[in-house]
Amino acid sequence: MNALDIKEINMKYQDISGEIDAITDVSFSIKKGEFLSLVGPSGCGKSTLLSIVSGLLKQSGGEVLIDGEKVEGVSSKIGYMLQKDNLLEWRTIYGNVILGLEIRGELNAESRSYADELLKTYGLYEFKDKYPAQLSGGMRQRAALIRTLVTKPDILLLDEAFSALDYQTRLAVGDDVYRIIKKENKTVLMVTHDIPEAISMSDRIVVLTKRPAVIKAIHEINFENLKERTPLECRKQESFSSYFNDIWKELDVHV
Amino acid sequence: MYKGKKTPENLSEERKKYLRHIAYKKYGILSVQILILIFFITLWEISANLGLIDSFITSQPSRIVDTFLNLTSNDLLMHIGITCFETMVGFLLGVILGTILATLLWWSDTLSKISEPYLVILNSLPKIALGPVIIIWVGAGVKAIIVMALAISLIVTVLELLNGFLQTDKETIKMARTFGANKAQIFSKIVFPANMETLFNSLKINIGLSLVGVIAGEFLVSKAGLGYLIVYGGQVFQLDLVMASVIILAIVAALLYEFVRILEKIVCRKNFRK
Repeated sequence: MNALDIKEINMKYQDISGEIDAITDVSFSIKKGEFLSLVGPSGCGKSTLLSIVSGLLKQSGGEVLIDGEKVEGVSSKIGYMLQKDNLLEWRTIYGNVILGLEIRGELNAESRSYADELLKTYGLYEFKDKYPAQLSGGMRQRAALIRTLVTKPDILLLDEAFSALDYQTRLAVGDDVYRIIKKENKTVLMVTHDIPEAISMSDRIVVLTKRPAVIKAIHEINFENLKERTPLECRKQESFSSYFNDIWKELDVHV
Repeated sequence: MYKGKKTPENLSEERKKYLRHIAYKKYGILSVQILILIFFITLWEISANLGLIDSFITSQPSRIVDTFLNLTSNDLLMHIGITCFETMVGFLLGVILGTILATLLWWSDTLSKISEPYLVILNSLPKIALGPVIIIWVGAGVKAIIVMALAISLIVTVLELLNGFLQTDKETIKMARTFGANKAQIFSKIVFPANMETLFNSLKINIGLSLVGVIAGEFLVSKAGLGYLIVYGGQVFQLDLVMASVIILAIVAALLYEFVRILEKIVCRKNFRK
């Protein structure tokens, strides 16, 4: 069974100035443990699609299935990571990490100890009483990831999750987050405009067209001669650039 | 304040020079400020003594000091107490009601749109014009004064807070929504705490406005308080009393402002902005 099925999703926005077709009949599925990326020209509706999957936005047509079950609204099986870490400056790292649990009313001894465990595993335990402003960008992003992981989602949605970071931090944090996600064995749907980032992390890449978005192509990404796949290692592979060229052509970018 | 982590012995020459420069500048400014005050008071006193100005209508520093020293005979403490009490009540009511109203308007976009023109008009209306109406409605007394203080500070609080609430970072709210947060949770966990700074800024404005309201109210109706003393002193041509009251009022205003600042420090003690 698929972890996530997107079935014929349609989205129309109503606006004073008219009706906007954002997404037309987009369907795809993600297997359990798979890392799938959506790339497309900016403004093509890929973030809209993510909002629909997360339940923040109601689609005009089609359905979203998680583990074969139709979902309406925000599902507790989904964890969402946004572009910025959105840590609350007035809370300690620990206070930030348990925010999701607090909102869901799941704060108890068990979940607290799981939060401690994650903080220890990912090297933030000594910083748990510090405030976000005292942490580096990479550590902040890690804290944001733990805030999502602690609610035990099966599926993670990454919405341009690294694009607010500077390039070097971005590579390092991308690598870091990738390892954590693989270690926790999560299914991932990532939206990005960064083609190399998508190639370095994904098992499959779905390329969307300009608005209204339809699927243009789906690429299987395989780096066979890698012992342990990490985004940074992938970038060193020869086939990396051929994937890049294929996808670049399909995006059909004109200035 | 400008101490580095290093102990004085191992400071470099440049650093010592820099620190000295900053200290000189700081104390230089302070001494000029004090000198201006001393110069002004001395000039006032001497001109009055030499008859260059008529101390009957301008009063003079030594006579103001005498008025202070006779605190008990003219019940000055009682008047100060009454003004402070009225200001605090008006202030607290303004803050509490203002926060509640701003929360309601944040909650309902429609309500906010409906009330917008009324708020704008009420905000620009000089509230002191409502004086006679207030007196007729609640009676000429302490109540009228407090209502006046409230009238002056409330709308500003509402507008300031509402503006802050509405400008809360959308992405942060989205983050909370991804965990399934409802509106009450978004408010209590994100919007309200994110606006502590806005709240305290509006408190600082508010404490001053409440005092304005109270003095205006006391001018109109009261039988006691600093505003009453000023009006009374003016009517009986006791300028010493008027001047002394005005000076006390300035001190009270500064202390009340300081009170809010200390409160802010206690509430926002966490050094998260470091």
